[in-house]
Amino acid sequence: MAARLWNWIDSRMPSIKEEWRKHAAEYYAPKNFNFWYFFGSLALLVLVIQIVSGIFLTMNYKPDANLAFGSVDYIMRDVPGGWIIRYIHSTGASAFFIVVYLHMFRAMLYGSHKEPRELVWIFGMLIYLTLMGEAFFGYLLPWGQMSYWGAQVIVNLFGTVPFIGPDLALWIRGDYVVSDATLNRFFALHVIAFPLVLLGLVVVHLLALHDVGSNNPDGVDIKKYQDASGRSLDGIPFHPYYTVKDLMGAVAFLAIFCFVMFFIPEVGGYFLEYNNFIPADPLKTPQHIAPVWYFTPYYSVLRAVPPLFHSQFPGVLAMGAAVLILFFLPWLDRSPVRSIRYRGPYYKSALAVFVVAFLILGYLGTESTTVWGQFGFDAFFLDTKDRATWLARLCTVVYFLFFILMPWYTARDKVKPVPERVTH
Amino acid sequence: MNDQKKIDRTRRNLLVATSVVGGAASVGAATPFVVSMWPSERAKAAGAPVDVDLSRVGLGELAVIEWRGKPVWVLHRTKEMLDSLKAAEPKLTDPLSKASEQPPYATNEYRSLKPEIMVMEGVCTHLGCSPQLKSAEARAEMGADWPGGFYCPCHGSKFDYAGRVFRGAPAPTNLRVPPYTFVAEAGLVIGEDKETKGA
Amino acid sequence: MRKLMIVLLLAPLSGWAAEAGYRLDSSPHDPHDLISLQAGARTFVNYCLGCHGLESMRYGKLTDLGLTEAQIKDYLMFTADKVGEPIRTVMPRKESKSWFGVAPPDLSLAARARSADWLYTYLRTFYRDAKTVTGWNNAVFENVAMPHALWTLQGERAYDRESGKWTEIAKGVQSPAEYDATVRDLVNFLVYVGEPAATRRKVIGIVALYVLAILFVFTYLLKKEYWKDVK
Repeated sequence: MAARLWNWIDSRMPSIKEEWRKHAAEYYAPKNFNFWYFFGSLALLVLVIQIVSGIFLTMNYKPDANLAFGSVDYIMRDVPGGWIIRYIHSTGASAFFIVVYLHMFRAMLYGSHKEPRELVWIFGMLIYLTLMGEAFFGYLLPWGQMSYWGAQVIVNLFGTVPFIGPDLALWIRGDYVVSDATLNRFFALHVIAFPLVLLGLVVVHLLALHDVGSNNPDGVDIKKYQDASGRSLDGIPFHPYYTVKDLMGAVAFLAIFCFVMFFIPEVGGYFLEYNNFIPADPLKTPQHIAPVWYFTPYYSVLRAVPPLFHSQFPGVLAMGAAVLILFFLPWLDRSPVRSIRYRGPYYKSALAVFVVAFLILGYLGTESTTVWGQFGFDAFFLDTKDRATWLARLCTVVYFLFFILMPWYTARDKVKPVPERVTH
Repeated sequence: MNDQKKIDRTRRNLLVATSVVGGAASVGAATPFVVSMWPSERAKAAGAPVDVDLSRVGLGELAVIEWRGKPVWVLHRTKEMLDSLKAAEPKLTDPLSKASEQPPYATNEYRSLKPEIMVMEGVCTHLGCSPQLKSAEARAEMGADWPGGFYCPCHGSKFDYAGRVFRGAPAPTNLRVPPYTFVAEAGLVIGEDKETKGA
Repeated sequence: MRKLMIVLLLAPLSGWAAEAGYRLDSSPHDPHDLISLQAGARTFVNYCLGCHGLESMRYGKLTDLGLTEAQIKDYLMFTADKVGEPIRTVMPRKESKSWFGVAPPDLSLAARARSADWLYTYLRTFYRDAKTVTGWNNAVFENVAMPHALWTLQGERAYDRESGKWTEIAKGVQSPAEYDATVRDLVNFLVYVGEPAATRRKVIGIVALYVLAILFVFTYLLKKEYWKDVK
């Protein structure tokens, strides 16, 4: 019975079977995918989680400056099961960035950004940018103190653009300060516009990947050695091998996700900030405004650049450059070898230092610039107030040098011979 | 070949087992989403039972009480109104309220707990308009044999003083009776009775 | 490198200490103690509801604390007619702003915004200060606009900011230990109000983790079984 129904559909829409074959049952992926290769499918999983939980939140959320904060509390208390849906969405937002950062890091480890996958990397970077926008718009919606003032600060950054700045900020806000007009348009962007863009970008990201085939931890081109029917010897069909493996990965991920969601949903104020449990007050700025943790590295870069020519715009440019420079990675990386397993000491140490700098910048972005003392030792020639700033400046320089010097050190690195076939 | 069969059997068993546990987990995961669409505490509070002070409803008077967004009529019926119920019986579509909706204690001839107090939803069972009270004096517009009752202006349905629909009306059933109960001396609670407490 | 990693991992904890000048005491409340929660509800309704609302909370929800609706109506419901209504204060917002300089905030989420430890310490560190409008000041929240609502219970004390010394001026109706218990119960109640689903969420979490653990075992075996094919 089911077979007959399937035949009826298949005869009228053969695309279903064809696409299934092309992208799953006969998409030959390298057989040596490791831990780092879970994060792509996990990112897709989190996207679905956010969309579903988002839809159900929208059933009860009110995008009005007078009602928004109360509507979130209404969801938490009066809507049956509402608190679960809210926590899913808040945990999912942070989980999305953890997964995406690890997914991007995998690319940097194994050279997945290099030829012929530059376009996959570009689409991925566009997804990253869109995701940052999506998170930024979404964060205003609870209309707490942090929501309001975070949005105020970031929109004011656009106001620093020379000549058009103030008008640009006015146009973004729809008002002289962040207000109900801003909230409503951010709601529209967060709920419809950016999710549609994200979905479209994810589709082309995957299409671009499947057209050239996946990379692997050895950076070896598996299409080089094929059997009689043209299948890569080191490839295995995505379905059932990676569907079953990704299923296992998804369950492990969901266990961690549920642990956080049910036992520590606030994560010490990093996933749900304490100040955001206070309704937005346009007349009272909180003592300490910080963006959510996933933006803090770039926030650090912004704060590290001092005002130049009486403008904060150079800092804004630096922050933008810190994100945008990632686009150029495929062309900055001049190594003849893809995977870190066969690269030399230059790239390995550069990457390690880059990661440390990124993490330090991230941490410093969560704190006020006058913070010091956590590190427990004195820099005798610096005043306390300045230590964090100078550390942020150092790390910013390191961050940019990683990219700027890359054409030089990747070309000169002493690489190891790459195997012909994949290893494990 | 035997080995292959064993492998197939193992795989099938594992697939079934995983699907069963996975199915259970999925049902668990879907539950908060499905449950969230039931009325919230705010909706339930707004739909809570309403108290009525019957000492304010004089003989022959009709009070309209809002309950769950609907108009509920509380009619303090006179002796004439109650007498007219017998006269109306041959002209009714559903005199015994067999097809109509009311609590068990409202299936009697008065369709109420106490004959003198009529509680019913003022919502025409045709398409939802709210009928108007038309006493027996309104014979000029309602016709010579009008025993008194209610008239729906939208499509002309007529109901007697027990909310029972007259034949020839587009409305199919008698007016709905909500759950209600009497409390203390002159108190009436609409929306709650001994079975459906706080429903 | 490792020292740096440890420091980076522990860094978030410093966030709290960085803010407060006064060292916060750890709140000893027990979220599972229904009697404590009921006592806290009673204290709130008697001493706090006059100025502070809990507008996100409905009276009927307090059945969570082991009370019946009748008990809620008789002992706690002072500002509403029906048990489904929110716990509103009677203090008018506009006037209170001119009286106190700031309208007394709604406390539905106070425990989540400030933390239980903050509330527990704050409510026990009011002191007499002739220089303020109300005659009261607070060691945790300097120049707070709120007077010591519980002063009849705790009594009056003086505090010297420089030396950190507390001196007793007058005794209250409760001993220090009794007062600490009263505040503990009140904080317990406010923590509950901040997130009524908190205890339930942990229970559901345990079930969820068990189910996922079992599911993981099966998906792992399934993966291993299929991957036998792959050499």
